[in-house]
Amino acid sequence: MTATVAHVHEGTDAPYALSHLDALESEAVHIFREVAGEFEKPVILFSGGKDSIVMLHLALKAFAPAPVPFTLLHVDTGHNFPEVLDYRDRAVAKHGLRLHVASVQEYIDAGKLRERPDGVRNPLQTVPLTEAIQQLKFDAVFGGGRRDEEKARAKERVFSLRDEFSQWDPRRQRPELWQLYNGRHAPGEHVRVFPLSNWTELDVWQYIAREKIELPEIYFAHEREVFKRNGMWLTAGEWGGAKGDETTETRLIRYRTVGDMSCTGAVDSDATTLDAVITEIAASRLTERGATRADDKLSEAAMEDRKREGYF
Amino acid sequence: MTSTTEQFADLSATTLLRFATAGSVDDGKSTLVGRLLHDSKSVLTDQLEAVERVSASRGQDTPDLALLTDGLRAEREQGITIDVAYRYFATARRRFILADTPGHVQYTRNMVTGASTADLAVVLVDARNGVIEQTRRHAAVAALLRVPHVVLAVNKMDLVGYEETVFASIAEEFTAYATGLGVPEITAIPISALAGDNVVEPSANMDWYGGPTVLEHLETVPVSHDLTACPARFPVQYVIRPQTAEHPDYRGYAGQIASGVLRVGEAVTVLPSGRTSVIEGIDALGESVDIAWAPQSVTLRLKDDIDISRGDLIAPSSSSPATTQDVVATVCHVADQPLAVGARVLIKHTTRTVKAIVKEIPSRLTLDDLSQHPNPGQLVANDIGRVVVRTAEPLALDSYADSRRTGSFLLIDPADGTTLAAGMVGESFASTAATTVQADEEGWDF
Repeated sequence: MTATVAHVHEGTDAPYALSHLDALESEAVHIFREVAGEFEKPVILFSGGKDSIVMLHLALKAFAPAPVPFTLLHVDTGHNFPEVLDYRDRAVAKHGLRLHVASVQEYIDAGKLRERPDGVRNPLQTVPLTEAIQQLKFDAVFGGGRRDEEKARAKERVFSLRDEFSQWDPRRQRPELWQLYNGRHAPGEHVRVFPLSNWTELDVWQYIAREKIELPEIYFAHEREVFKRNGMWLTAGEWGGAKGDETTETRLIRYRTVGDMSCTGAVDSDATTLDAVITEIAASRLTERGATRADDKLSEAAMEDRKREGYF
Repeated sequence: MTSTTEQFADLSATTLLRFATAGSVDDGKSTLVGRLLHDSKSVLTDQLEAVERVSASRGQDTPDLALLTDGLRAEREQGITIDVAYRYFATARRRFILADTPGHVQYTRNMVTGASTADLAVVLVDARNGVIEQTRRHAAVAALLRVPHVVLAVNKMDLVGYEETVFASIAEEFTAYATGLGVPEITAIPISALAGDNVVEPSANMDWYGGPTVLEHLETVPVSHDLTACPARFPVQYVIRPQTAEHPDYRGYAGQIASGVLRVGEAVTVLPSGRTSVIEGIDALGESVDIAWAPQSVTLRLKDDIDISRGDLIAPSSSSPATTQDVVATVCHVADQPLAVGARVLIKHTTRTVKAIVKEIPSRLTLDDLSQHPNPGQLVANDIGRVVVRTAEPLALDSYADSRRTGSFLLIDPADGTTLAAGMVGESFASTAATTVQADEEGWDF
């Protein structure tokens, strides 16, 4: 038998306490198991970013020694970091999972979506995502969204009912009481499920460190050719690159979030280890999205508006 | 008391406190929450810049901290809070999850939602108005939901000249009222959310107050671990059967321990079937352990291969709950459509969902004066009432007074899945009520 002392919270009188990470882990696992018990066809949205990697890790723990009873879905903007796609494919192979890919590029090629003038593809993800959910008949869709990310997300339920158009209506959310999640839905509707709702960015990083979870290398400081647009360091790629008087330079940077290359900014950093990343984030005076996401700066309510349309 | 983000990378000293705020419109609740976040340095530069930008564009001299919490378009347009929002912040001592519940219309269901998972509730009062009807409602809801700690924050002390007598009389009135409801612990703190007195920093304007600031109290109040002192309850969520070459015979019952402590070798009973076995192993998310406790998510293996599925409850044979098909409870009605006698509903209790009929609605509570309105026939949005529900299958229920987790349930509309009501099993909610009710037949006992 393994001793359980590691779980006992030091410095409290209570013989049975959980550290806050253990409490968050236990809650997230409970949410995964509720979905497995109540839904027909759940899917985990998996981007290869840190939040979805943590979700997959939790799902693996929740059902061990059995395999994860969910498939994965990636909405590929066509402008993803190659390192992240590589990580995605290795993770799928390693755990014997099934991956669906909804491709923004295919929608553009088929004339079903039009490229925006600014080349930013994040808002274009909503249509392939919602159509994949409808076509593949997923009834529960796990997302790695956290309430600490953004003020509209602070209002999101753990189980968030979406209509047949995947729309979110903040005024018509079900009250969510105790840990009694109500996943009932009509045919055509589905439920978005957020097991990391109560986690903060720092919790995610501390958990990654504790569990020794491998991440794509772009999360750690490395030298990269970047150029500045709208106050953010972007990496050139197939999606485009420096224009006009924008100049490319080599900088020591890392990524705090992973998304579409056209709108995910890098931060200056020399953090090459998990410990250094945690120290850096704990001291940062910018939020994760404020530091690295151009699309959230489009308007005061950019996230709310996209969520209403079916985005995460 | 230091509380900077730089320090919360240190994991070892942090526990998690979940708390909820409640206050009437214009009591300054959003300002208090904004002040708490701002003064504990939990607001980051880009968030503050956004608030400053919007405040300035509205012609305000100082940043309106309420804008930190009102996130939706409609909230900013109307200057009100629409729905419960969850906020996260940390100090060197503790991490916090705040359920920020609006005090506007629909106050009851929103506060019930926020309070259902809270260890502590902050009830805000305007010092100029004192304890009003709404304050009594908030106290009653906190007592109903059995929130272990209640803080009375007497706000706007700057507008009453920081007078000790004003604070003392409000604190005395509230404490007497809330104690009568069975609220186990009440802490009253005089504050000015706008000026920042006693929220994070001790006030220079109220030398007569020797107690903690709001944040200091939040940091030091004991986090309730009484869940582990209760008899063990293990609702089965999911049966794990890998059926792989590596694990051909593994059969584990996955779930989150709702209360108590479970040990390998313990004799257990499975409800509602009543079959018995012994815990052979406990798998705690990857490691084999010999003891586990609430609220850990674990997987149990039993000595005997008996029929167990999602919805069953595993409990120690020495203290297993009774099963019943007649549920007597207090409910808070949370839906817009009414709940009437004779309604066919679903009841979701732990991991079990069964059909049920509302047999009786013996009374509806008037929160203003805590009087009972007999046989109202139906409950509408935000009503709190007693119900008697007959279920199609037996449920293993505890009293909500003993366990928030196994004593709570949802009533769901089977037609459209709407959550109709939040239920709490048992005759009464106040911890002192058992004796009160016996002693006084006229007493309220919802």
